Amino acid sequence: MKADPKNVLTGSHYLDGNYACAEGAIAAGCKFFGGYPITPSTEIAERVSQRFPLLGGVFIQMEDELASMASILGSSWGGVKSMSCTSGPGFSLMMENFGLGIMLETPCVLVNVQRGGPSTGLPTLPGQADMMQARWGSHGDYEVIALAPDSPQESFELVIHAFNLSEKYRMPVLVMTDECVGHMTEKVVIPPAEEIELLERKYTDKKPGEALPFEPTSDGVSPMIPIGKGHKFHITGLTHDYRGYPVINAETQEKNVRRLIDKVNMHADEIIWLEEKDVEDAEVVIMAYGISSRVIQPAVAKARKEGIKIGQIKMVTVWPFPEKRVRELAGKVKSLIMVEMNYGQVFLEMDRCAAGKCRTYLVGHAGGTVHNAVDVYNTIKEAVK
Amino acid sequence: MATAVKQKSDVILQYLRPHKKMPSVWCAGCGNGIIMSAIIRAVDKLGYSKDEVVMVSGIGCSSRMPIYLDFNALHTTHGRALGFATGVKFARPDLKVIVITGDGDALAIGGNHFIHACRRNIDITTILINNAIYGMTGGQGSPATPSGAFSTTTPYGNVEKHFEPCELARAAGATYVGRTTVYHATQMEKMIAGGLAHSGFAFIEAISNCQTYFGRLNRKGDAVAMIKSFKENAVMLGKAKKMSEEELEGKIVIGTLYRTEKTEFCDEYQRVIDSLQGGK
Ligand SMILES: Cc1ncc(C[n+]2csc(CCOP(=O)(O)OP(=O)(O)O)c2C)c(N)n1
Ligand code: SF4
Repeated sequence: MKADPKNVLTGSHYLDGNYACAEGAIAAGCKFFGGYPITPSTEIAERVSQRFPLLGGVFIQMEDELASMASILGSSWGGVKSMSCTSGPGFSLMMENFGLGIMLETPCVLVNVQRGGPSTGLPTLPGQADMMQARWGSHGDYEVIALAPDSPQESFELVIHAFNLSEKYRMPVLVMTDECVGHMTEKVVIPPAEEIELLERKYTDKKPGEALPFEPTSDGVSPMIPIGKGHKFHITGLTHDYRGYPVINAETQEKNVRRLIDKVNMHADEIIWLEEKDVEDAEVVIMAYGISSRVIQPAVAKARKEGIKIGQIKMVTVWPFPEKRVRELAGKVKSLIMVEMNYGQVFLEMDRCAAGKCRTYLVGHAGGTVHNAVDVYNTIKEAVK
Repeated sequence: MATAVKQKSDVILQYLRPHKKMPSVWCAGCGNGIIMSAIIRAVDKLGYSKDEVVMVSGIGCSSRMPIYLDFNALHTTHGRALGFATGVKFARPDLKVIVITGDGDALAIGGNHFIHACRRNIDITTILINNAIYGMTGGQGSPATPSGAFSTTTPYGNVEKHFEPCELARAAGATYVGRTTVYHATQMEKMIAGGLAHSGFAFIEAISNCQTYFGRLNRKGDAVAMIKSFKENAVMLGKAKKMSEEELEGKIVIGTLYRTEKTEFCDEYQRVIDSLQGGK
């Protein structure tokens, strides 16, 4: 399906990353947004509050992030594409109902414009330290999909992509930007609607009484069941059978949780999106995501100029982690470097997958500012030894 | 007489999920069942199709109700049902949304969501099953546990004050507020029907018995004894108005306590959308 031209501001704009996220949601056909103001994500909610009603959509400023997350799950089950955004403490509050979204296999998009933490931390300055929370923040076992845009342009594009992934795999999808990307203003080219491909929600074609909300399928993703169309489904955050009824035993738990894990793992190759450059003959590969993948460019350029065989991988998706690719590379290169605004979160995954086959380096700090090019350069020099 | 009873249970059976086996998770005699059947009769009387009803609940014994009813059902997280229901209502304003919540669910963990849903006057009928205790987790104190009452976490008697949910709802902006008890099943049915027919946030406090915990810990007897005490202590609103504060001590004032018309949230939002789109 193509985007609706009414929803697409085709043309060249000068937008910040937050506004670009809002425009991405609108282009994706999102019509419900429940949110709570928090720096540095608030501009998304503000733009949505102004733009949605013009297009027949609804923005509600909920009483907190618990309710925001709950409301977008509700509207998604009501049949409307939905989104919320938050930062820092708000992300913590959303974790309970994010888990419910995972358990109920509810398509929706959540944008986290990361700031420095822990706690209230640095409301107005960037961080990338919610990456492990994105992965494991809600209790229990599950898989997630998280995307990390590096610019306003990518914010627009990845929010649309996140909606498509959420419909395809029937789950909440995270867009992990940061204060830098959210507040940087750059040129954003919004294509004509016919160039924006949208995935429509897959609904069951079975009759009421036959359709199951969590039906096992060969691709691991059950079609959704529409509300108010005779199905009278029951869904619950309790461990449930295919019909959506609670069954409290180990056997059902195994099936339920496996489905949440398998549907992502089975399609990991399809979901994982890496942008590689000069990796083929590299001795050192530097990995980064979001704003950090741009910040490393001067250091990488200088190193290459000096003849260092350095390749780079920009992780457009951070979760699921590109385990296979990292294992492959670890057997070929001298070192792998991870650059991120935290003290080693995604680094831990890279290091685990390298499994001692190459050296691993972290260029990390506690957030508040992007990396210093000199730190990146010095680590490259060390890594190539 | 025998046929009349049969007809009533036929209505009930028609609304139970065909593949959900009884017995329920509830203790025998629990008031939740009486409230469930009052909801069924109210929906039946209003002539809604089962498919146009959405029941959203939080977590607790009371919140298990949607499992048994053949409506669209969303069993969510503790205290958060109203947030979820707000999303459903905006997505499908044509559907009738009922929220089932417990006194812990609505007044403790969900207290903030509760007052804000009242304030927005969104068209949701919320039935708070007030058994004055946490049933599901085994009898701990709740914000509705009266001062001095015993629970597993108030072993020396509750030193806190309790909430009056109806006053809270009215002060927060609910436009239909009523209180009844599981003894007054017919009144309950009418009140729920009234709430469903009302456009705006309808709040019904259904006083119920948890004989398993509240009854046992406070020597209130079995289910029958507790329900009888509701009968004995209930005072209709009209009569209560003529009684002094001392006379009302320990009484349960029942009836539709408050009712007013105010613009409903989804309607109001739709008006904004329409005006922005050229006053369609
Ligand atoms: C976030 C969270 N905290 C605690 C619980 C545990 N819990 C389950 S039900 C419940 C209280 C239920 O009491 P109430 O809402 O009064 O409903 P009742 O069981 O009496 O019907 C609690 C504390 C939970 N499920 N989720
Ligand atoms: S514990 Fe209390 S509230 Fe729960 S089912 Fe038993 S009697 Fe009802």
